[in-house]
Amino acid sequence: MCSPFRSLSRLRDVLLLGGVLLAVGPGCQRSSRTLLETAPMSAKAERDRPARNPYEDNAYAMTEGQRLYEWYNCSGCHARGGGGIGPPLMAKTWRYGKEPGGIYTSIVEGRPNGMPSWRGKMPEYQVWQIVTYVQTLDADRSIASPPGPREEHMQAGEGASSR
Amino acid sequence: MRRTAWSAALLLPFTACRASYSALDTASPEATRITNLHWLILWVTGVVSLAVIAALAIALTRRRTAETRAGEGRRARAVAAAAIVSTALLLWLLTASVLAGRAVATPVGPGALRIQIVGHQWWWEVRYPADPPSDTVITANEIHVPVGRAVLLELSSTDVIHSFWVPNLNGKKDLIPGRPTRHLLRPERTGVFEGRCAEFCGYQHAHMGFVLIAEEPDRFATWLASERRPASEPIDAAARHGREVFLSSACVSCHAIRGIGAFGHKAPDLTHLASRRTIGSAMLPNTDGPLAGWIVNSQHIKPGNHMPPNLLPADDLLDLVSYLRGLR
Repeated sequence: MCSPFRSLSRLRDVLLLGGVLLAVGPGCQRSSRTLLETAPMSAKAERDRPARNPYEDNAYAMTEGQRLYEWYNCSGCHARGGGGIGPPLMAKTWRYGKEPGGIYTSIVEGRPNGMPSWRGKMPEYQVWQIVTYVQTLDADRSIASPPGPREEHMQAGEGASSR
Repeated sequence: MRRTAWSAALLLPFTACRASYSALDTASPEATRITNLHWLILWVTGVVSLAVIAALAIALTRRRTAETRAGEGRRARAVAAAAIVSTALLLWLLTASVLAGRAVATPVGPGALRIQIVGHQWWWEVRYPADPPSDTVITANEIHVPVGRAVLLELSSTDVIHSFWVPNLNGKKDLIPGRPTRHLLRPERTGVFEGRCAEFCGYQHAHMGFVLIAEEPDRFATWLASERRPASEPIDAAARHGREVFLSSACVSCHAIRGIGAFGHKAPDLTHLASRRTIGSAMLPNTDGPLAGWIVNSQHIKPGNHMPPNLLPADDLLDLVSYLRGLR
């Protein structure tokens, strides 16, 4: 009478533990995604910016940055990292360094000889997402974050519309 | 006809009040064909279900008696007859649905009106190609079509698979990235119909609607000519300031307004925004309040959509709304 119930409750404990492990285990691996951004809504000047990239190695920010890189036509000059009108972002050294803060400044303030200023034209969090993405164009940089939904589903459409 | 009216009455609480969204309230030969198939299948399967339930009820209530054995041959014949009838009915339904499918996929002649529909997460881009290409009309989430002329939709997608569905006019058709598809609409009567995305496409799939307006050919021509014009000039100082706000803030990075040098093409074209009935992909009525709320923080209205919040100073916001509402 009693034993089947006890074994049932043991089974339940095991299942519960397994469930918790399943829920927590992969959870540690995932990058977090913020749906409601609270950062200032227009890009700020260099002196006001945070010292570090708030999205460092965040997979969601990388994919969003990749989308925005196409949307704002960064690829028009920098191509997919190979450069053209603008300098290549795959290069070993960049004219203004590889510090995230420097990349941020380049986007917001612009740089001489062609890089336009995006101040006021995009919200600050999007600038940081683009910074996060262009950092991954460097082949030497190891991406510590797990892979997110990458460009595959975007590429078909972007390619089709530009063809 | 009466049957349709009855079903429409039953479904009334579930349909939107302002526009028709019902596969039973048909407005094209294709939709009628599909709906007739629906009724055929419904009636045949309904009668068969009742017959099966009745047979089961009889079997449950009758006891095995001495003469049960005697009628065995007769019952075996009845079962065989039922199996033959079932097979015949299934073949009939199969034939009917194949024929309906062929009828719906009618090829279109050269006189059809071409409209390009591009699916985006989570809105619809609508383009009326023209010659020269600079006359192309681009709008969003609102499709105008003339009555009595075949409309050939060329469907494509920039991100994930969507599906185009106006139940009153035809079945569904997928929009597939990198693979153009075509769809036929032949509206027979004027009306305002709702459409939805019918393939799960992400967070705001449920809010990816549009409005289809079938109108008399001359009204359609007037609308198309009006949409072809560049944006109208602001009428007062507030609207003029609103235009400056538009051009100097993040709006201009993604939205186009033809005639003022705003060329963004990643978000809905706003050249004639005020002529549209809805904003946010048929989510909200296109009036001052919803428009202002949408600009300030559309993420609270439609979380996950690609438009960032814009915390504009109050005066700038009001002038911007006044400018956009003047874009007839």
